[in-house]
Amino acid sequence: MSANLSAFLYLVAGVLFILSLRGLSSPASSRQGNLFGMIGMAIAVATTLASHPPADGVAWVLVILAVAIGGGIGAVIARRVPMTSMPELVAAFHSLVGMAAVLVAAGAFYAPEAFDIGTPGNIHASSLVEMSLGVAIGALTFTGSVIAFLKLSARMSGAPIILPFRHIINIVLVLALVFFIFGLVRSGSAVDFWLITILALALGVLMIIPIGGADMPVVISMLNSYSGWAAAGIGFTLGNSALIITGALVGSSGAILSYIMCHAMNRSFISVILGGFGGETAAAGGGGGEQKPAKLGSADDAAFIMKNAQKVIIVPGYGMAVAQAQHALREMGDILKKEGVEVKYAIHPVAGRMPGHMNVLLAEANVPYDEVFELEDINSEFAQADIAFVIGANDVTNPAAEEDKTSPIYGMPVLQVWKAGTVMFIKRSLASGYAGIDNPLFYRDNTMMLLGDAKKVTENIVKAM
Amino acid sequence: MEHAAQVVDPFIFRLSIFVLAVFVGYFVVWSVTPALHTPLMSVTNAISSVIVVGALLAVGVGMVSSGSGWARGFGFVALIFACVNIFGGFLVTQRMLAMYKKKSK
Repeated sequence: MSANLSAFLYLVAGVLFILSLRGLSSPASSRQGNLFGMIGMAIAVATTLASHPPADGVAWVLVILAVAIGGGIGAVIARRVPMTSMPELVAAFHSLVGMAAVLVAAGAFYAPEAFDIGTPGNIHASSLVEMSLGVAIGALTFTGSVIAFLKLSARMSGAPIILPFRHIINIVLVLALVFFIFGLVRSGSAVDFWLITILALALGVLMIIPIGGADMPVVISMLNSYSGWAAAGIGFTLGNSALIITGALVGSSGAILSYIMCHAMNRSFISVILGGFGGETAAAGGGGGEQKPAKLGSADDAAFIMKNAQKVIIVPGYGMAVAQAQHALREMGDILKKEGVEVKYAIHPVAGRMPGHMNVLLAEANVPYDEVFELEDINSEFAQADIAFVIGANDVTNPAAEEDKTSPIYGMPVLQVWKAGTVMFIKRSLASGYAGIDNPLFYRDNTMMLLGDAKKVTENIVKAM
Repeated sequence: MEHAAQVVDPFIFRLSIFVLAVFVGYFVVWSVTPALHTPLMSVTNAISSVIVVGALLAVGVGMVSSGSGWARGFGFVALIFACVNIFGGFLVTQRMLAMYKKKSK
């Protein structure tokens, strides 16, 4: 296969990847988009195998073996993973992209002739720069994603871990990284290559451990972005347009998602990265002072009130995901609809642990997507709703964000559930949310607290109906 | 000025592709509906595994020097990781997208 033809085919693959993201502009076109992505990938792989076929039989065996092992594992995971575990799955996948970038760079470093970038020990300087950037970003994506995975899957505490002098340590690590990148370009020695890798691995850990659980939607988007830049770096080394285009797409995609998440929390990207949010420090701003008693309700009360309502808006949050309450919730919605009640779902951008987390769970429970609304589209409707049914969400409904200037979340856009006739809160306890802030809504006259596990309470309401 | 003798470095071509693709990504991703942000993350994950082309090059090198064996080893592991991501990413995205349904009337 001529070099021109293969370069053209890589371009085709890149365009198909663009179309696969374009398809996600609506659920109707999204399935076709995913198919474009698969075709693009198949073209890229076939082009590589045709233009640079594996050198001998052993290499072919290795290729087939690796595809069988990796593909098999991937397919099994994709089929088995519960939808509530999507955040940790995505984090795990990010770590694999990061590690693959490091390993490909290592392969290129030890066999540069196969990548047309020079001979061993004599690699072009520009390729070394691109390679070292790819390897550094890839390595920090790897360890950062592993930490994010551990936090999201609760194998590690979500609380921020604050090391003394962490900013100084990070700056020193970054400076050392730059120093060894220059070293690698000048000397081309393997020692510099591996030092860069080790430093970047350490930096990835240190960057993510101080970030608390509530900021995970930003972290996971940010790592998505990094995995893209790492791929682009390797794409420059290989001079492969499919890889460069994809890296740029994924990099900007993750960056935009991080921006949307930060905006939805009214926090700057820098303050998220610096970390420490969600620990004890945030508790200071809470009201605390005059503790009024909260009004507790039973499942029977809730069922009765809702059946006699005209409009119910359901606000799901992370608590729904933890309790796996989405199916019971949809059953409740179905009964209400049969009774002639108008049912809508309102989703805050940072509800859950990753962008769009709640939408996937509701879709899994067969809630039609045209009943599910984003914050800016539904906020004006709470005033006309009889009931706001908040299940497992807290901070995203906190009126302090609009009313209390001393609150740490002041200025964050929130769902104005308090404008509804009655607010029902399903919560395990009256404790504060992830941000450690008291929610004054719990103690208002038109609020009814339904304490207990989200799934059990919802099931009891369904029974009482 | 001697125009004919000047050759543009391939790096500049790659950089042009990169910069333009960042802009394309910017506009395409803003048009993604927020309801599909989770599938967006899983599909970007899958497509960034096009790094598999690098893994294929590394695992397929001819055994010409002492480094070749290392390259094959690294490439082999990278290929496994990339394939987990490709198959896992596309299939889990497909599974998610199949769940998004409109109101049945």
